[in-house]
Amino acid sequence: MTSAVSDTASGRPPSNVPVLQVRDLSVAYGTPRGSLGAVDRISFDLYPGESLGVVGESGCGKSSMGRGLMQLLPAGAEVSGSATLAGRELVGASDQQLRRLRGEDIALVFQEPMTRLDPLMKVSAHFVEAIRAHRPGVDKDEARHMAREALAQMGIPRTRADNYPHEFSGGMRQRIMIALGIVLKPAVVIADEPTTALDVIVEAQILDLLDRLRADERVGLILITHNLGIVAETCDRVAVMYAGHIVETGSVEQVFNDPKHPYTRGLMASTISLETTALHSIEGYPPDLVDPPPGCRFHPRCPDAMYQCREKIPEHAEPNPGQHASCYLYPGSGQPDPEEPPGTLAAALHA
Amino acid sequence: MTTPQAQPLLQVEDLSTFFPVRGGLFGGGGSAVVRAVDNISFDIRPGEVFGLVGESGSGKTTLGRTLLKLVDPTAGAIRYKGTDIAGYTERQMRPLRRELALIFQDPNASLNPAMTIVQGVGHPLRIHGITSSRAQTRSRVAEMLERVGLSPAETFLDKYPEDVSGGQKQRLVIARALITEPAFVVADEPVAALDMSVRARVLQLMLDLQRDLGLTYLFITHDLATARFVCDRIGILYLGSLVEWGPARQLFDDPQHPYTRSLLDAIPLPDPRRRHRDKQLPTGEMPDALNPPAGCRFHPRCPAAFEVCGWEGADLIDFLEDRWTVVDEPTFERELAATGPLDSAEVARDEVRFPKADHGALVPLLRGLRDEEAGRVFTGVTDVTTDADAVVVRFGEGPAPALQPVQSVQVACHLHGVVEQPSDLSRG
Repeated sequence: MTSAVSDTASGRPPSNVPVLQVRDLSVAYGTPRGSLGAVDRISFDLYPGESLGVVGESGCGKSSMGRGLMQLLPAGAEVSGSATLAGRELVGASDQQLRRLRGEDIALVFQEPMTRLDPLMKVSAHFVEAIRAHRPGVDKDEARHMAREALAQMGIPRTRADNYPHEFSGGMRQRIMIALGIVLKPAVVIADEPTTALDVIVEAQILDLLDRLRADERVGLILITHNLGIVAETCDRVAVMYAGHIVETGSVEQVFNDPKHPYTRGLMASTISLETTALHSIEGYPPDLVDPPPGCRFHPRCPDAMYQCREKIPEHAEPNPGQHASCYLYPGSGQPDPEEPPGTLAAALHA
Repeated sequence: MTTPQAQPLLQVEDLSTFFPVRGGLFGGGGSAVVRAVDNISFDIRPGEVFGLVGESGSGKTTLGRTLLKLVDPTAGAIRYKGTDIAGYTERQMRPLRRELALIFQDPNASLNPAMTIVQGVGHPLRIHGITSSRAQTRSRVAEMLERVGLSPAETFLDKYPEDVSGGQKQRLVIARALITEPAFVVADEPVAALDMSVRARVLQLMLDLQRDLGLTYLFITHDLATARFVCDRIGILYLGSLVEWGPARQLFDDPQHPYTRSLLDAIPLPDPRRRHRDKQLPTGEMPDALNPPAGCRFHPRCPAAFEVCGWEGADLIDFLEDRWTVVDEPTFERELAATGPLDSAEVARDEVRFPKADHGALVPLLRGLRDEEAGRVFTGVTDVTTDADAVVVRFGEGPAPALQPVQSVQVACHLHGVVEQPSDLSRG
C-alpha cells in the first residue's frame, strides 16, 4: 500500500519523478523482552526540491525511520522493506555501496553536531577527508576551496575554515554539519531534529538555510521534528507518525487546516502556541512497541474509537485529494459495511 | 489572582551572581568572571506566576537558584516577605526551606531511583520534622499523590520511579516539591522534557495546585508560548541582564525591547497561512558570557541598534567576516588583502588597529562601507585614519542601558531615551 503518492494539490514543485521511494519500510530492535517494532511498514515518496516534515512524539519511530534509510542502526537492529534512491535500493545494500551513497547521494544531519565533529581535526580537514574519500581525483587545494565555498554558503566565514570545532558556537557547528552534508551535492538530505538543541532565534536561522538549500539546489529534504510549528513554517508536505505507523500524510495546508486523523487532531490541539487560549491534551500514553495494541495503535487513546479499530489496522483512506489518513472514520480505509451489525465481522473472520 | 496593591512576596534589588573562571580566555592567565546574573531588580507578588524567559546561557537558572539561596549572590538584596535573605547562612535558611521549593526540569535527576515513591516524595517531611511516624508520612504522601492526579495513590506508593511514565514522573517531582506546603515555588522548565500530548496536563495541574494551595510561582522557561499562557508577569533575560519586564499581556501585545520582539518573531507558528509573515530576526548567536559585548549586550545582533548602543572593535571584525560569507570570492580576496590577516588586527573597545593593512586600499574601503551604511557597526565609528604603522578605526561612547519605565513595562533600551546604568555597576 502506498500513501501520498498521487498528490497534486500541494503546490509541489513540478518534477513528478520521486527521488526517494519508500515502501513498507520496517525497523525492529532486539530487546530482552522481544522484538520492538519502532517503524512498521511505512511508505512514502519524496520529490526533488520538496521538503517533507516527519512529525511525531518521542518513541514514534521518526528517528529510526531516518537512520533506517541511511542504514545507520545499532547492531541487532533489522531493516526490511524497500527504499530506492534514484533507482538504487538502500535496504540490504553492501557496506561498500553504502559508503558511496552516504554523502554523495543521501546525507544525514543530526541533532548534536559536536558529537559528529572530531575535536582534534580542523573544520577544513573534515571536508578534505569527506571529499577525497568520494572523489580521489580532487586534490587537497581544490577540496579546501570546495570546503570554504560550502561553509560560506552556510554563513561560516571563509577565514575560519581552518579553526577547530570547539572554536565555534552551537549554531555555527550545526551550520558546519549541514555544509559537510551538502558539499558533495546529495539528492536527499535527512535532517533529524537539526535545531532541537538550539535557541529559537538560531533555530529560525538554520531553518532558513535549509529552506534555501532545498530551493536553490533542488535537494529533497526530510525534516524530522517533534515541533509542529517548524513543519508548518518550512515543509511542503507532512507525514504524522504514531507508534511506528504513518497515520496521516498530506500537504502542510491540508493537514494543518483540516487534520483528519484523530491523533493529528489531538496533537494539534495540545500544541501550545502564542495563540493558545485553553489547554488540551490526549488522554493516556503511547503504547509499548514490544507489545503494541492490535488494530489501530492509537485506539486506546482515541476519542473516536469504534469496535473495528481494535481488530485490524485501517488502510490509508483519501478523504481529500492527496491527503491520506489511516482511520476507519473515512471511506476507503477498509472498514466493514456499516449495514452489518458490529461483531459479525470478527465472527466471520474466526469462522 | 494578583492584586496590584499587594506587598511583594519577593523583592529583588541589584542582584548579581558571578562565577570565577580560572584561566579564562584573556591573556596573562589571570582569572575571569562570568556575570551569570548581573545587577537585576524586579519583584514577585503573592499568588502570581512570574515568568523568567531566556535562551540557554541567559542566566535564568542561576537567577532562580540564587533566589532560593542554592547559589550565593555576589551582591544585592533578596527580600522575602520583607526580610533580606541574601546574606543568610545555610543555618539561618534552614527554617525557611520548607516555604521555598524547586521543581526541576529533569525528573530522572530529582528522584532518587533507590527510594520507593513513598520514601522519595515523603523525604522532605522527614527532613523538616513535619511528620513523626511512618504511618503519618504515608498518609500525607498518599494525599499529595491524589492531589497531583496519581490515583489511586495506594497503587503508586511502593513502586519505584522507574516503574512510571515520564508524565507521571513529573507529577511525582511536583508532589515532592509541594509536600511541605511551600509559599514560593521556583519551577525550572517543568514541562520542557515532556511530549506535547501530555505537557498541557502537567501545566494544568500546576495551575490548579497554585489556585488550591495559594502558591506563588517563578516559572522559568525558554518557551514564550507557554509563558504567555501561564504567567501574569514576565521578565526577559539576555546574557545575565533583564532587558524587559512587566505584565505578560503588555509584553506580548506591544514588546518594547528589540530582543523581546525578535524572540516573538522567531517562534515557529503551527499555521502554514502565516508562513510568510514579516520577521525581524537578529543575526548571530548569544555571545560568550566570559567576554560579553560592551554597552547593551544585545547590540551586535540587534536589528535596531544605533550609534550609542555600545559598538566596539570586535564588532568590526565580526562585520567583515560576515560580509565575506556573502560577497563573491574575488571581492573577498581583494578585501582580505586590504585588511591583512584578521588575527593580526589589534582589537580594543574603542578602536581596531590593522598593522598589516594595505593603507591605500583599506582606508577607502572602510570609508566607503561607512558611507553606504553597509553595517550597523558603522553608526558607532567616529573616525577612520592612518598613523605611522597601521590603519585605525575608532569608536564612540556606548553606555549600558538601565531599565526605564515605558508604558506599563520596564525596559533597558536606548531607543526609549539614553539612560545609563550607574557607572560603578556598568562594565568599564
